[in-house]
Amino acid sequence: MSERAVRARVTQEVAEVIATRRVGAYQHITLVAPGVAELARPGQFVALAVGGETSGTLLRRSFSIHKVSPSGTYGGTVEIVVSAVGVGTRWIVEREPHDTIDVVGPLGKAFPLPTEPVACVLVGGGYGSAPLFWLAGELRDRGCHVEMVLGAASEDKLFGVVEARRSCDGVTVTTDDGSAGQRGWVSDPLPEIIDRTGAGVVYGCGPMGMLESITRVAQAHGAVAQVAVEESMACGVGVCMTCVMPVVGSDGKTRMVRSCVEGPVFRGDRVRWDAFDGGHARVPDDAVGAPKVGGH
Amino acid sequence: MVDLSTDLGAGRRLPNPLMTASGCAANGKELHRFFDVADLGAFVTKSVMADPRSGRGTPRMAETPSGMLNSIGLQGPGIDAFVDEDLPWLKSVGARVLPSIAGSSSTEYAHVAATLRASRAFDAVVGVEVNISCPNVANRGLVFACDPLASAKVIALVREQLPRDIPVYAKLSPDVTDITAIAAACVEAGADGLTMINTLLGMVIDTDRMRPQLGGVTGGLSGPGIRPVAVRAVWQVRQAMFEGRMPTVPIIGVGGVRTGHDALELVAAGASAIQVGTAVFNDPSAPVRVLRELCELLEAKGFERFADAVAVAHGR
Repeated sequence: MSERAVRARVTQEVAEVIATRRVGAYQHITLVAPGVAELARPGQFVALAVGGETSGTLLRRSFSIHKVSPSGTYGGTVEIVVSAVGVGTRWIVEREPHDTIDVVGPLGKAFPLPTEPVACVLVGGGYGSAPLFWLAGELRDRGCHVEMVLGAASEDKLFGVVEARRSCDGVTVTTDDGSAGQRGWVSDPLPEIIDRTGAGVVYGCGPMGMLESITRVAQAHGAVAQVAVEESMACGVGVCMTCVMPVVGSDGKTRMVRSCVEGPVFRGDRVRWDAFDGGHARVPDDAVGAPKVGGH
Repeated sequence: MVDLSTDLGAGRRLPNPLMTASGCAANGKELHRFFDVADLGAFVTKSVMADPRSGRGTPRMAETPSGMLNSIGLQGPGIDAFVDEDLPWLKSVGARVLPSIAGSSSTEYAHVAATLRASRAFDAVVGVEVNISCPNVANRGLVFACDPLASAKVIALVREQLPRDIPVYAKLSPDVTDITAIAAACVEAGADGLTMINTLLGMVIDTDRMRPQLGGVTGGLSGPGIRPVAVRAVWQVRQAMFEGRMPTVPIIGVGGVRTGHDALELVAAGASAIQVGTAVFNDPSAPVRVLRELCELLEAKGFERFADAVAVAHGR
């Protein structure tokens, strides 16, 4: 790793795919990326280029880091979980062992860890659970009691149930259709778990609507919510200004902040959930520099 | 070794012709993690206006074939925060800075230029780029750069605020009937050079939701897909200079540059400097890579000086 990468805590490397396998509705990919593996913390993400140097698909795709092994057999590796939903993610899941992918990372802010061994609840929606097992390990190393709630629309869209049972003190599964675990949403069992364990922190990763409800439940039961958002990004490194969302700063003012550099992890009670609606995030009227009448 | 130095006008020379493009590189700190921003000929900052601006809501972006559409809405900290924080930081790492300024009225442009001139890190500034062509403003297509008189007024007011040894560049839109008429009006009003091109106004429909994909409805199209438009615009304006229809001034070429070969196309069409924009989203170290590739290409083609390749395609 270059001196600059160490200083900057981020690197760009051409990573070889060494393993790729289907897990339910998702593809679990292992990449040799020693620089990223050495620098990464749970909650951070990587941005992958699509289709090689002359590709017409220009924008990077971002994925939260599922796991790193800084000193594996192949050198440091980074694992991600991909849901193939468009041209970019389809190209990525079609890579075979020994193919290469250009990777930039680790990016964004990691999950903040409690200084005391408090109980924590980790909530993942779909493959949003990917970074939570690594986080669970770090929390248990600090003496925290860790429970996990995994939810999805149906059983095939759950990710990591077996791994959760291995890495946590308790696991609850929910599905919208009841095909696995209890029928319903992740927010349904959450109040009981927070109360029973006396959890101080609820970590969440998944779609916006789910993160909003986790935040509401955590607040009502005396816990702090730390949520990792999934905003669409063009660059992942902080220069394109497309992944912004309205967040309240320590001065009490709302700003449109970049989820790639100031996030992806935010304190749930700082996010202006009132501004999100049907895939849009509007600029709240009281945000710094908000458009005056007539718009920008 | 090829002599890469280039003339920016107003007596300014840069050690090499490579720059970032405004709005594609933020204000330096983010890309400095990947390469030394002082290695660039100049660092072009995101367009700054008088006051802080939130920009538009989201979605702000749509991917297109070999490019993207953006609708940011000139989000920025305002000129006071820019001169207090961003410009001093760029100076501290040794960058040569070409700030991009914007305004919703000609007096706002003048105010931003005057604040810049009065700032403590102004000696890091090697020129000022006047963004009269951002499509993501309230009046959309009706940007200053669509009207020769409105363009000339902004350029003249900004020129008055800045010392003679600071070249003023007008950034032009390709969405006009005759770009040479706008270019000539800007130069006559005092522009020392021209930056071409800004994004093209475009639109994408989300067919899942059957509605415009961008929160701002329309957006600016950029990326390799628009490169031939940039080459054409640079060529036409340089041709007008050769034919004596307007004074000869340096042109900064920008639009879809991803490789050294792409840069050389714009240079041969008439550009004295090159900005790399959207390609940075694909490869954060693209500006220094393109510089290296351009240098190798010039060497392979037997050019001893970068300046000898500028506009070389005319008359061949």
